[in-house]
Amino acid sequence: MTLRIAEQENEWINRDMPLTFEYEGQQIEAYEGDTISSALWAADIKVLGRSFKYHRARGLLSFANHDVNALMTDGQDTNIRADVIPVTHGMQLTAVNTDGGVLKDKGRYIDKISAFLPVGFYYKTFHKPKWMFPFWEDKIRKAAGLGKVNFNYPRITRAKRYAHCDVLVVGAGASGLSAALEAADAGSQVILVDENRKIGGSLTYDMAADVNTGSLLKQLTENVLNHPNIRVIADAYAGGYYTDHLVPIVEKRGITKVRAGSIIVASGVFEQPPVFRYNDLPGVMLSSAAQRLVNRYSVKPFTKGIVVTANDYGYRAALDLAAANVEIVAVIDMRQTGADGDLTAKVKQAGIAVHLGSCIYEVVPTSDKMGVSAVVVCAYDEATAEADLHQQVVLHCDGVAMSAGWAPAAALLYQAGTQMRYDEAVQQFVPNQLPDGVFAAGKVNGIFELEQRMLDGKRAGAEASRYLGKTTVSPVEVTAHRGNSPSHPYPIVNHPKAKNFVDFDEDIQVKDFINAAKEGFDNIELMKRFTTVGMGPSQGKHSNMNAIRILARIRDLPVEKIGSTTARPFFHPTPIGHLGGRGFHPHRLTAMHEWHVKEGAVMMEAGVWMRPAYYLPAGVKISNQQAVQQEALAVRKSAGMIDGSTLGKIEVFGKDAAAFLERFYTGKFASQKVGNSRIAMLLDEAGVIVDDGVAVRLDQDKFYVSTNSSNAATVYREMQRNLQLWGMQVTLVNLTGVMSAMTLAGPSSRSILSEVTELDLLDEAFPQGAYREALVAGVKARVMRVAFVSDLAFEIHVPSSAGLHVWQKIMDAGKTYGIRPFGTDAQRLLRLEMGHHLISHDTDGLTNPFEAHADSLVAMDKPFFIGQRSLKILQKKPLKKKLVRFVLDTNFSEMPKECNLVIENGEIAGRVTSISFSEYVNRVIGFAFVLPEQAKAGNQFAIRTDSGRMEMAEVVEDAFLSLSQG
Amino acid sequence: MKLLQCPVNGIRPVSEFTYGGEYREMPDADTCSDKEWATYVHHRHGAPGLKKEWWYHGPSGTWFIAERNTLTDKVSRTYLYGQENKA
Repeated sequence: MTLRIAEQENEWINRDMPLTFEYEGQQIEAYEGDTISSALWAADIKVLGRSFKYHRARGLLSFANHDVNALMTDGQDTNIRADVIPVTHGMQLTAVNTDGGVLKDKGRYIDKISAFLPVGFYYKTFHKPKWMFPFWEDKIRKAAGLGKVNFNYPRITRAKRYAHCDVLVVGAGASGLSAALEAADAGSQVILVDENRKIGGSLTYDMAADVNTGSLLKQLTENVLNHPNIRVIADAYAGGYYTDHLVPIVEKRGITKVRAGSIIVASGVFEQPPVFRYNDLPGVMLSSAAQRLVNRYSVKPFTKGIVVTANDYGYRAALDLAAANVEIVAVIDMRQTGADGDLTAKVKQAGIAVHLGSCIYEVVPTSDKMGVSAVVVCAYDEATAEADLHQQVVLHCDGVAMSAGWAPAAALLYQAGTQMRYDEAVQQFVPNQLPDGVFAAGKVNGIFELEQRMLDGKRAGAEASRYLGKTTVSPVEVTAHRGNSPSHPYPIVNHPKAKNFVDFDEDIQVKDFINAAKEGFDNIELMKRFTTVGMGPSQGKHSNMNAIRILARIRDLPVEKIGSTTARPFFHPTPIGHLGGRGFHPHRLTAMHEWHVKEGAVMMEAGVWMRPAYYLPAGVKISNQQAVQQEALAVRKSAGMIDGSTLGKIEVFGKDAAAFLERFYTGKFASQKVGNSRIAMLLDEAGVIVDDGVAVRLDQDKFYVSTNSSNAATVYREMQRNLQLWGMQVTLVNLTGVMSAMTLAGPSSRSILSEVTELDLLDEAFPQGAYREALVAGVKARVMRVAFVSDLAFEIHVPSSAGLHVWQKIMDAGKTYGIRPFGTDAQRLLRLEMGHHLISHDTDGLTNPFEAHADSLVAMDKPFFIGQRSLKILQKKPLKKKLVRFVLDTNFSEMPKECNLVIENGEIAGRVTSISFSEYVNRVIGFAFVLPEQAKAGNQFAIRTDSGRMEMAEVVEDAFLSLSQG
Repeated sequence: MKLLQCPVNGIRPVSEFTYGGEYREMPDADTCSDKEWATYVHHRHGAPGLKKEWWYHGPSGTWFIAERNTLTDKVSRTYLYGQENKA
């Protein structure tokens, strides 16, 4: 049997394009434009899925993108929303969350034992006996969740798009369309977004059999689509609101981030179900779902149905259904007063009986419990929510359309920081105070009557224009809601046997709320978490409002006092693939990068830079550790070279250059000779060591300052800030990326360098700490004598464009000496052997110079430097810790690690900051913080290893290198 | 994502900026007491409200002061240090 009716003018299907697909092994005929649900319903297939908890048969509910019980899988994708996803030819679908098919789901026994699974049962049961818990856990985990994740899902990258507009209108219903036109007419660039495939909102389905609706829709649509200032994005949803009007628009192809000058939220409302026993059977659906089905897809929701309503919208649905020749047995109105205006008359004219003050007490299921056979109608007491069983009548039917009220689709408004209030006239939360530049219009704003809605859109469009400075646009007045409330304050029918569902995602019934409240979870946030209401995939779109109403009644409070939970972004489930993107984390590469890679360098991230950690040349079989030791040994025995281009390099020049450095760093620079270098140690205001570099005086008023690689950006930034504060005549030039640097180290370094430069490299002419400018490999270079990794070393700085050339020439010259490139791992070992600590590796965010043997670098007699005042205070206090060099006892059985604790008399005395085996010294050496009284050379202290052993270590005074000679 | 007004470069996305901490008037290091100095260095007023903050626009290297209400996250004005009166 088909439920498809004859072709209608505005239907969304293309009858010229028939197609077939498979559902649960059955071939189904459909048309292009059908959603999966509409195609199945047309084929009279009404069991579209099984519910999450009790595995009850479910059909259509909202038909508006929150039919969470009709989720499908096609083998690749899972949790496909059947109510909105278009069907395509050849699709092979099955319902998720079934064991053995949707009709014969083995999980359906759970419905029979539901009395033993009250809300929150999993918090209380299965804990005892404890040894049984793994068994239960396995069962629960298997039952939890809906579709199965496909771990072979292909990686599909989707580009992020960006768009800007003056006004973003969310929702293209009557109010949204009017708002967009008003704003666009005022000259604003407008983006209009709607989740439906076609714009028009409720004008596309809620007609109440009025033929004028179609012509109004046509006129509005044409005006919008032809407006040069309006860009329409349909079949997409506004996923969330982020600061300063940034809204991600989610389409199938990916996300567009829209930055708008102003936002108009005309997102409408979600229909809310009345609550009565078996309101979840396939064939029972929301009125708006029935209207969508019949007016968009030309499918009858049922052949002989009942409309139950607690507002005027049931009457409108009855008229639409009757116009499509659906037999309506009766309109059951839960209110005593009936509908406004001529709706009752029109319905009666269509031959439909109207029963006021009545309710559906329960639906009578078919024998297979998968459909509707009749409803039991009783008199209804609105005050107590009780049905009067003495006045009951059974009406036979095969379906029910239900209408009780609406909840605002206000997620974006909440996220933007809107204060909402509960409006008694419409029994709905409406915006009370909107944030700057955010406007609401239409039903979400509590305006329901069609003409007023369009006016409200125009008003919002005008307000947005005025907000954007178009003050000549005249304001628009809108009349507040009059007449019957579009939402019923309490559309609930109590039933002793329950199964009157509030939340269809999570199978939550009225009694579950009562039980939760009895257990003390009577705050909306607690109740949500205990009952899990609103925590299913529809995120409460059809359940939160009723939950709030029920809780308000339990606590005897007005609805406004209960408040609402806030739906966080994203407002609708969004594929992870949409959010994940390509990595745009930029890396800086030195001029010698390609050379390192070719030589087998294992690169690692060092801040924004990529640096060689060590080299594993092709064809050489050594471990990482061996590579590091070999590189270090090459430096000790002959020569090695490291790429130091990542060092921060800043030129400081101007009249006040020396004075500036004196204030910025701890040392003295006014007296520094041109052509000499000095240590430049930077503290913060608390006197904590931040950085140590080298300052070279190039000229009387010109310095070349280096910083640690990781601090290049921060030190430069701090220089800029303090320059502004101090107002000195200094210019800073950041040469970090402009200059390549390399350190040639080891006893052969002088001989090697002399092959590529004329510079006199002998000690007398070029002593430790000196700076020279000379041609190196034909390139103008800045050369420094340094002693960080070995006693004899030269740091060579050249323009980056020549970096690779100079590097290669020196490597070539060093070949006969056995030169090796070395990476950061060997550098760490080498400086450790030299006894140099690393700032922010051996020191932390609390270490001051007195604790790190850096007293000599601090010129306390200067008038000012950053951190000096704090040091003056610290100077007066006893030291708390001291950084010392140590060697580990040769008889150790477990190698300690960095951050292992130093233990003294059972108390923590300090920690290891660096530790390594040195092949050259043939000992395990390191740095550790210890108590000041432990810091004397020769003192023994204990380190507690990971497994709790105590390993002994001894404090040494000098560089470790001296150990190897002794 | 937030937008921030750089006094030199105009409105830019906040990802281009670095927060530089609250701006505080440094006491005279020579005359202040140890306690006054420690308060200046270590004590921050955590209560939300209107604060003067350092912000740095990375691409252009511009430090400036932003007056921001940390409760509402609204920036009322931004200006270069020392040019408060011109803002």
